[in-house]
Amino acid sequence: MADSTNSNGGVAVVDEQVADERDAAVGASSSGRDFRPTLGAAQIDQQEDTIEDVAVQIDDVGLWYGAKKAIEGVSLDVQRHEITALIGPSGCGKSTLLRCINRMNELIPGVRIEGQIRVDGDPLYGSDVDPVEVRRAVGMVFQKPNPFPKSIYENVAFGARINGYKGNMDELVERSLRQAALWDEVKDQLKESGLALSGGQQQRLCIARAIAVQPEVILMDEPCSALDPIATQRIEDLMQELAADYTIVIVTHNMQQAARVSNRTAFMLAEEDLVGRLVEYGRTDQLFTSPNDSRTEDYITGRFG
Amino acid sequence: MATGTPAIDGSGASARFKRSRSRHLFEQLIGLSLFACAAVTVVTTVGIVAILLAEGLTFFTEISPLEFFTGTRWTPLFQSAGFGVLPLVNGTLIVALGASLVALPVGTLAAIYLSEYASPQIRSIIKPVLEVLAGIPTIVFGYFALTFITPFLKDTIFPEIGVFNALSGMIVVGIMTIPMVSSISDDSMRAVPQELREAAYGVGATKFEVVTRVTFPAALSGIVASYILAISRAIGETMAVTLAVGATPRMGFDILDSFQTMTAYIVNVSLGDTPQGTTEFRTIFAVALTLFAMTLLMNLISARVVQRYRERYE
Repeated sequence: MADSTNSNGGVAVVDEQVADERDAAVGASSSGRDFRPTLGAAQIDQQEDTIEDVAVQIDDVGLWYGAKKAIEGVSLDVQRHEITALIGPSGCGKSTLLRCINRMNELIPGVRIEGQIRVDGDPLYGSDVDPVEVRRAVGMVFQKPNPFPKSIYENVAFGARINGYKGNMDELVERSLRQAALWDEVKDQLKESGLALSGGQQQRLCIARAIAVQPEVILMDEPCSALDPIATQRIEDLMQELAADYTIVIVTHNMQQAARVSNRTAFMLAEEDLVGRLVEYGRTDQLFTSPNDSRTEDYITGRFG
Repeated sequence: MATGTPAIDGSGASARFKRSRSRHLFEQLIGLSLFACAAVTVVTTVGIVAILLAEGLTFFTEISPLEFFTGTRWTPLFQSAGFGVLPLVNGTLIVALGASLVALPVGTLAAIYLSEYASPQIRSIIKPVLEVLAGIPTIVFGYFALTFITPFLKDTIFPEIGVFNALSGMIVVGIMTIPMVSSISDDSMRAVPQELREAAYGVGATKFEVVTRVTFPAALSGIVASYILAISRAIGETMAVTLAVGATPRMGFDILDSFQTMTAYIVNVSLGDTPQGTTEFRTIFAVALTLFAMTLLMNLISARVVQRYRERYE
């Protein structure tokens, strides 16, 4: 079986390549293959840097908004139960890439995606893949806290209700709120509107809402950008705790945040052609202390972006 | 209207900063004429309400309000005059209710389609068509009811239907108010932040679940406001119901038969040969005052609802 990374190079319509992609996926995920950045030998890490347990495998993903190409040829493997950060300057496609992992980009008319992404080896793209099921397995926390204009309780129960959850809803709500480190603050006001909470509390409510569905992967799109430093601190602590149970991929503008919370970091960049590509991917300590690519170094030392 | 600030000691402006008298006058003139235009609306409203009240109150010195508001016989122009307004209110409310049964569901579903399902291309076709529908003169709808809907109903479902009947009036007034419901509901659903939809999609909601559990409830106040405005419009509708529903003031609910609405009565008396200054003629002011009170109440309720809607997302 060929290395799946480039098995379907070129511009192919997603639907057509599903069958062989899935075959490739089985081999790739069971072999637990080494991480090999596709960008040249210079970037291969000298230290132990293998991904033993791939939760999310991003395979040669490209995306167009209409005629405009936004990202191209991004391949990276995400280690299970770790925090992986996507960093890069504005417009580098990091949020776009993140939103490919739960097929959120398809809500935008005119978006076309190539390549494949797999969660536990299961492909997310294909004519017979239901994006609704994908999003149940890959939850998301957004940039701006976006609780529903419903009660705190109903916010958390929402996903479970639509998924036909049969268990004890009260327990699920309490467990999710505890996991999101919000229970003690809201346990006496569960019937009140989620909008009555502070920004940081709202964001933890949104995290509780996401984990109530029991996803495997949680995507976070700049989850702290609208929060003050104390609220940010709490969310970061929470992310560390959640990483024990969930695989987390976070997009952040804040390099200190990436350095503080993540195990691995991917640096993306859109150069003159404005198409976002992966420049470097590796252990966060490694990438921040001795990056292999000069562009990474320029970015993390603040020379641009 | 005071545009100038007096100089501290009244004089001393150098030639460079000297106020131009003609420019000052011009600015004042502009301000005054704009005020006059705005004042027309206020003066007109006050004038209409004053006349309604004056004539209406004169009427109520001749006919007791008790008889007017509780009587079930409306025959002011007959020898045995009856001044109970309830048959007219009955006709008006029946038509308004029936029209709502048409306009609210169809308008709401059309709004959901436009805001959540339609592609931008389809939307760009349907939206203008709805606006055209809203712009058709209501007399045309009345004519449409009389010459098309009633004969159609007679030939197909209800052979016993009268030439003038409430049902055809309900249908056309309903169709007429669909654009009002769909356009305001569409606006309020589109005002629901995209982040809320994404949040629902993000926990695995289907499109239908997003619409029914997030978008629609979040836009509910705006949607309800559109309902109230549409009902209010149906209550106040005149020409279509005059043509379609007829001129038979009666109690009851037989929608295949002719009724008379409050507006239709006013039309008939205004166009007829009832001498001005008589009690008979003043009935139209009493009826109009009642109608005005009803629609004003509806509009006040709708304003409250809309206000609540504005406070919604934060």
